Amino acid sequence: MENNFDVIILGGGAAGLTAGIYLSRAKMKTLIINEGTAGGQMVLTHEIANYPGVESIGGYLLGSTMRQQAQTFGATIFNNSKVLSLDLTGDEKSIEIARKGKFTSKAFILATGGRSRPLNVPGEDTFKGRGISYCATCDGDFFQDKEIIVVGGGNSALEEAVSLTKYAKKVTIVHQFNHFQALEHYIDEAKGNPKINFVMESEIVEFFGDDKLNMVKIENMKTHEFSEMNIDGVFILIGYIPNTDVFEGIVELTNRKEIITTRDMETNIPGVFAAGDCTAKKYRQVTTAVADGTISGLAAVEYVSNKK
Amino acid sequence: MTLQTNLTHVETAASLEKMLQENENVMVCCGRMGPMCVPVYGIMEELESEYANVKFADMLFDSPEAAIIRNNPACASFAGLPFTMYYKNGEVVKATTSIQSMEQVTDILDTQFGK
Repeated sequence: MENNFDVIILGGGAAGLTAGIYLSRAKMKTLIINEGTAGGQMVLTHEIANYPGVESIGGYLLGSTMRQQAQTFGATIFNNSKVLSLDLTGDEKSIEIARKGKFTSKAFILATGGRSRPLNVPGEDTFKGRGISYCATCDGDFFQDKEIIVVGGGNSALEEAVSLTKYAKKVTIVHQFNHFQALEHYIDEAKGNPKINFVMESEIVEFFGDDKLNMVKIENMKTHEFSEMNIDGVFILIGYIPNTDVFEGIVELTNRKEIITTRDMETNIPGVFAAGDCTAKKYRQVTTAVADGTISGLAAVEYVSNKK
Repeated sequence: MTLQTNLTHVETAASLEKMLQENENVMVCCGRMGPMCVPVYGIMEELESEYANVKFADMLFDSPEAAIIRNNPACASFAGLPFTMYYKNGEVVKATTSIQSMEQVTDILDTQFGK
């Protein structure tokens, strides 16, 4: 395979695939490098009902369609690829990928998205898949008639807590603050559900169990008193963190490790653009990622054309 | 009904047993088309050509026939999709629950089956 491309896109979610569609349609030689499977956070969504022009679609299907579109227009896609090294300086930028080799390009688009935020407390790794889950739609039915905790206070946490009452006999929402960040209607729905109760201003500090999770230790953030709760499952829904570790010290990041861009999705490095959930912005939706991907793709086309 | 992947689909318990008789090393991912499962299928598709000594397959978790995996003692404590099974000479040598990374999968394949 020829290892030199016009543009290399890091990330194969909604933003990266959209940029790939625009670039390859503009006859730019485009490589999309993806750490996981194409689709990004889209495939985390069981059903997307607010994507304009499409009444309702599964996230997996929407992601697959975007991937096929990018490939049809000529983009090359590498999945499950681990970045070994990255050089974004100068006119010719380069990246080395495990098991694939080194690739160069005139421009880069960083669209690495985000990942579920873990609690980072003892026992979390041990009981992942054995009582601890980050996906209510995936694992909810393992907790039929069980008692579970949902950690978080945002839209996802409250919405999923309500949906988990279809399976669980009791759902306890544990949240670190004395108020929720979720929209009012999610809060009202959760508060009106008789199966849901609340432990506010508290955090889980440790998970316990044998083969399976069976207990958590909770700290009250106000009194700093500890309590233990017997529990069958815990769903951790405390948002996402941007996948920008590899860019630290290379591109300019906010204190939340989000990539800072201009309105044209340019970073502080010439020829390096960023798009989607890894960038600093307020609203993270498939539609906003698609918009970022479009802008970054068109901006990269212009940048590369001017270099030729 | 089968999963929408490019892997070999195991549809019945009998066909899984036949596959285990015919192949020394077998990896089967039993799940749905969900966010924790799809990445594991993608990893398996990627590795299929690299590990010629391993038979890769998937099985639909909700099929009654998948009870052969769901009820396997190695999965007794599992509460997260997918259930991924590694068989050598017909015996389960490793089983994992929930999403796994490329590194985690290749570590198991190299340790259990070699390359």
